[in-house]
Order: sequence, then structure tokens, then C-alpha cells
Amino acid sequence: MDPLILSRIQFAVTVGFHFLFPPITIGLAWLLVIVETLGWRRNDQTYVRIGKFFARILALTFAVGVATGIVMEFQFGTNWAEYSKFVGDIFGAPLAAEGVFAFFLESSFLGLYLFGRNRVSKAVHWFSALMVATGSTISAFWILVASSWMQTPAGFHIQGGRAELTNFWDAVFNPSTLPRFFHTIDAALIAGAFIMAGVSAALILKNKEVETAKRSMTLALVFGLIVSLMEVFPFGHIHGQQVARTQPEKFAAIQGLYTTQKGAPLVFFAYPTIPPPQLRAPIEIPGLLSWLAFGDVSAPITGINEFPPDQIPPLWPTFVSYHNMVLLGMYFIGVMLLGLIQLRRRKLWENRKLLTAFVWSMPLPLIACQLGWITTEVGRQPWIVYHMMKTSDAISKTVGAGEILFSLILFSAIYLMLGSLYIFLFLRETSHGPEPASRMSFSSEAKEVLS
Amino acid sequence: MDLNTIWFVLVGILFIGYAVLDGFDLGVGVLHLFTKGEDRRRININAIGPVWDGNEVWLLTGGGALFAAFPIVYATVFSAFYLALMLLLFALILRAVSFEFRGKVESSTWRTACDWAFGIGSLLPAVLFGVALGNILRGIPIDKTGSFTGSFLGLLNPYSITVGVLTLVLFVMHGAVYMAMKTSGEQQRWILRWINPAWIAFVALYLFTTLATFFEAGFLFQGLLSNPLFWVLILLLFGSVLYVPVATKAEKYFKAFLASSIVIASIIGLVAVSLFPRFVPSRIDMAYSLTIHNSSSTPGTLGAMLIIALIGMPIVIGYTIFIYRVFRGSVVLSKESY
Repeated sequence: MDPLILSRIQFAVTVGFHFLFPPITIGLAWLLVIVETLGWRRNDQTYVRIGKFFARILALTFAVGVATGIVMEFQFGTNWAEYSKFVGDIFGAPLAAEGVFAFFLESSFLGLYLFGRNRVSKAVHWFSALMVATGSTISAFWILVASSWMQTPAGFHIQGGRAELTNFWDAVFNPSTLPRFFHTIDAALIAGAFIMAGVSAALILKNKEVETAKRSMTLALVFGLIVSLMEVFPFGHIHGQQVARTQPEKFAAIQGLYTTQKGAPLVFFAYPTIPPPQLRAPIEIPGLLSWLAFGDVSAPITGINEFPPDQIPPLWPTFVSYHNMVLLGMYFIGVMLLGLIQLRRRKLWENRKLLTAFVWSMPLPLIACQLGWITTEVGRQPWIVYHMMKTSDAISKTVGAGEILFSLILFSAIYLMLGSLYIFLFLRETSHGPEPASRMSFSSEAKEVLS
Repeated sequence: MDLNTIWFVLVGILFIGYAVLDGFDLGVGVLHLFTKGEDRRRININAIGPVWDGNEVWLLTGGGALFAAFPIVYATVFSAFYLALMLLLFALILRAVSFEFRGKVESSTWRTACDWAFGIGSLLPAVLFGVALGNILRGIPIDKTGSFTGSFLGLLNPYSITVGVLTLVLFVMHGAVYMAMKTSGEQQRWILRWINPAWIAFVALYLFTTLATFFEAGFLFQGLLSNPLFWVLILLLFGSVLYVPVATKAEKYFKAFLASSIVIASIIGLVAVSLFPRFVPSRIDMAYSLTIHNSSSTPGTLGAMLIIALIGMPIVIGYTIFIYRVFRGSVVLSKESY
């Protein structure tokens, strides 16, 4: 077998699996900041219990995220040594900054948040929740800086066969960093909202801690609708416009624009076939893509036909993953809106079908994240650094196919086991629900008496 | 001091931070394999529960800093040690989830499985870090293009394995001293029984390894005796090694822990002083070695990184100390414990 294919599969498997967990962590962490704020400022025990309950899920998710995240940092060196040598002068810095500014913050304060409730003041405890959320968000920022630089490299020149940094801030805030950051962070907030909504809906359906679950459900719905709307506009829109400007072949591939056109249509559904590349049974609105991308219904958009065939990304996976991501994004808005409407009409708590839909929707934002990631990474191919270095030139020369196959099998086996255990423990943990109010209030009263 | 030297020192400090902090919780993990009884095992886990994650970040940051400051070293060494690093990653993955998963299910089979994952997941990294260090010290086969020409089995040479065992006993001693601070009564008496044997094994292995290094990698000693830093570190090492059993006997466990931390720091310091200005010596020809100059990033990157480190690390050290202070003292199991 080919070491290149094996290394690519291994990278896809390890980063794909890892990327299931950070969105939940980031989303839940910010929701917990809201919950802890309400619990602390209003001195409301219901929110304190919600906080304790979802903090347990946060801890579980965080552990798997950390465990699988270490692999990522090592893999650039182990499997992509030529890449690491070529970009080390630029690419290493964001990873180190992520450690210094983010990993220390989130993991140190997570310990304090989870175990320190009775050891520090309420203000410090609240602050630790805020630092977990801030740390995980800064972490996402720096890793997306690194990732964005591969998409739209900036702030460097080529010297002695490698990319050398010329301007730190240009490299950090390269053209795709901010659009990608907001789009991804908002996706994480959606993931958190759906986890909170789904877990709460399950509790209501099972008639466990219903009054508490209604509170967390309401919070998740309001929060979820806002972030779902923002994901499409402005964040998705801005990110799309940026791709159209900075990576036209990727834009053409994900939109299914195979020939250059004026007044390009926005394709909602189609089945792409290759070769020659064409869309079967498309449902489209003429001119809309040109308008969305360049603000002009008749603006010309370059099609795949204008690029050298060896420099375009795979067409089928980019089109399909992008369109399904958008479809899911529309679903998130729809179901959150429906939930809120039902809530206002006071029908939500009896609407078992909708509550069940929320339970089953929990994994969907994670699938949307995966699809988005496939769109962006596959859309960059055949380059590892856009227009600078091909993926095929980036692998470690000294590592054999047998070694990679061995590690790939081991990673797959471990991740299969971890994934199953995570789902098992997640369901087990959430099925208990928050601890009953009576025990809580007794223990806090007891503490007051003691103090 | 040029930026390359500064970064050599800073990467060294990050590795010291990792070895001192994760060193004790790897040691606790190894001792966990021998700990009997559910309550005592839970105390082990909860003694490191709030801090292990932050400790492991030192490894991530050290790796990131190595990548940023010395990308050629990072790329060459990480791809050369491929299988060893994969084993390390599997161990760290199992270990990380074992804490979190263990307490979630009331079943002795489940908990035993998690205990094993924790123990083996601690033992394997402790040994592998030492094996990696041993290989760096004796040099790895790097040809004139800077490519590694050796094999996985070549990394498992007797010298490096000896360094691996040395690291293991050092971390066990360090972990035992840490647990002495975190326990009381019968469990503390049990843990104290580990310190002296681990100390004796460490001293014996350290002397043996130093002798072996003389034959295996004599070049490391060139010019060393005339370097004042070497003598400072040697005195620090000997002083702190001797102080560990003294402080333990006097029941001053925090001081013993500081001493054992200084032991680790001064050993890494000695390694750095004897390697400098090389990072990875080549076994094929010393001229092919990766040095702090031929394998570094540009001054621009090193300068930008230095600013990041100078802003970030004082803050990190500040809240790390704060959090350790919050959790100081013996472990008391509560509802929120693992």
C-alpha cells in the first residue's frame, strides 16, 4: 500500500474523530457560563443544578477531546515531516501559542471548575467556568489560524526551499482566518445548544426532573435559534464570499459550477456525475450565486473548466458534503424555530414528537461540522498548502507503509472503542438527570449552618 | 545569548516543566498498579485528578515550541521515532480517558480495566520518554541530508532501555513523594515504604548510566568539566538527591517533593549542557548533527515566539500555582470526586 494514502487516511480518521468533541466542549462551555451566571447572580438553585449536571457531560467530552487531541500535534512530525520542515517557521508558532494561551487556561481551570466548587468563592468558581469557555475558544482560534494559513497562506516568502515568516500578523490574520473562525465557533455553539436541548428533551420525555429540564430546554432553544441563524447569516455568507475570492477552484467545486458563467445559479439539490463533470436533476435559482458571492446577479464566476485538471479538488465529495452541510444548517434553524413557537404556544412540553426529534438531532451538528471540515480540507486538494506545496510531497520519507498501516489499525480500533464508550457513558450520565433538588438544598443548608 | 540559544533554554524549561509535573502523576499511575483497595485507588486518582490535565499541557506546549523553534528537529525526530511515539500516544489516550471513565460505572470489572489502563498508560510513557532521551544522548543515525536511516528496533538498544528504566524509577520516587503529601494514616505509611527503594534504585542506575554514557557517548563529556554550569548542576543534583530521604524521614514531604523536582530539573539541565549546541547528535558523523543553528526557525519567528512566551508563561505559572494551592493538602473523597 501507498504510504501517502495511508497517512492521509490516518490523518482523516484521527482529526475527524477528534473534531467530534471540541465543538461540544466549546458550545457547552459557553452555555455553562450563562447557566453559572444565572445560578450565581440570581442565587437560583435550579441553575446551579443544571450547571453541575452539564458540567459532568463537559468533563466527559473534554477528556476524550484532550486524549485524541495530543495525537494531532504529534502527527505533523511523525507522518508529515516534509511538510513540517517546509512550513515549520510559520506553522509551529500557532500551535505553541495554542498551548501557552489556551490549553493551559482551559485544562487548569477545568480542574478548578469541576472539583473546586466547595474550595473557592462563588465568584472564582464562576470565573473558572468563564476561563474554560475562553480557553477552548482561544484554542480553536489558534488551530484555525494554522489551518487557515494552509488555505490562504500570507505573511511569508520562500527562501532556501522553505516558507519563512516575513510578517507575523499577516500570517495570523490571513484572508480566511476570521471568516473560518467565526463560522467554526458558531458551529460549536450550535452543537452545544443541540446537546443541551436533546438531553433536556430526553429528561422531559422520561418524566425525570421535568421542571429543571424545562429551564435548560428553554435556554437551549433561545440560544440555539440565535446561533443557528447567525451561522447562515452573517458567518456562512462571509466565509462563502471569502472562498469565492481567495480559492476560486474550491468555490466552483463546492457549488458545482463546472463551466464559467455569468449570472451563475445557486444549486440547492443535484446529483453530480463525473466525467465529464455535470449536475443531474439540479434545482437551482439563476443568478443567485453570483449575487451572493459578488453582490451582482450577472457577475461572472469562474468554472472548473478554466483550471488545469491536475489542480482541481475532487468534485463529488466537495459538492456533496458542502450541500448536505447547508441542508443541515437550514434544518437547525427550522427545528429551533419550531421549538420556540411551540414553547410560546405552551404546547412544547406535550409535543412528544418534537421532543423526540430534539433527542435524535443531538449528533446532527457534529455531522455538519464533519461535512464542513471535509468541504474545506478536500476542497484544498491537491495542495497541502494552497498553491505552494502538494500533499503528495509532504509526507515523511523515512516512515514505511507497514508502520503507518500498523498505527492506522491501532488508532481505528482504539477510537472505535472510545467512541462506543463515550456514547455509552453519555447516555448513562444523562439518563440520571440532575440530582434531585431536595438533597441539594439540604446539603447547602447544612453547609450554611456549618459555616 | 542569541535567539537560538534562548529557545534551546526555553524548550528545555518546557520539558523540565513537563517532566516535573507529569512526572509525578506518571509515577502515581505506576504505583497505582500496586495499590490495593477501592478507597486507596480513588485517592490516587483524585490526588492528581484536578491537575493531571494541566500537567500534560506542558508536553503539548513543549512539542509546539519545538515545532515552532526547531522544526527540523521536530520533523526528523518525530518521524524517526514513529512507532515509539505511536505507542506513547496510545498509552496517553488510554490514560487520559481512564480517570474520567472509571467512576462512571459501578462495576468492579470496569474499574479494574480502568485501573490497568491508568497504570500501563503511565508506565509505558515513563519508560518511552527515557528510551527517547537515551537515543538522543547516544545520537541517532542521521545522514548528510538530515534524514534518519535507522529502524525501530535500533532504538531499543541496551543503553536507551537503561535510561528508560532510570526514568521509570525516578518518576516512581517522585510520584511516591507527591502521594506522601496527599495521603495520611495507613495509606501514607504504605506509600512511604516505596520512597527508599526507589531512591536507591535511582542512585544506582544513575551512576551506572553515567558510566555507560562515558563509553556509549563519550563526546558528551568534551569540554564539560571546564563548564561552570555543569558544576552548578552537578552540585544541585547531588544536594537534592541527598535531601530527598532526609526530608522524607523528617516528614517534610513538601520539601522532599521540591527536592525531587530539582533532581529531575537538574538532570534535564545536565543533558542540555552536555548536548549544547547540538540538539540531536548524528551517529554517522558528528558533522551531520542537528544543532540549534542548522535546524532552527528564522530569527523573525524566534523573536515573535519569544514575545508570546514572555507574555503567556508568567500568567500560566501564576494560575498554575494558584490552582495547586487551592487543592493542597490531603485528598478527601467527596461526591464530586472521580
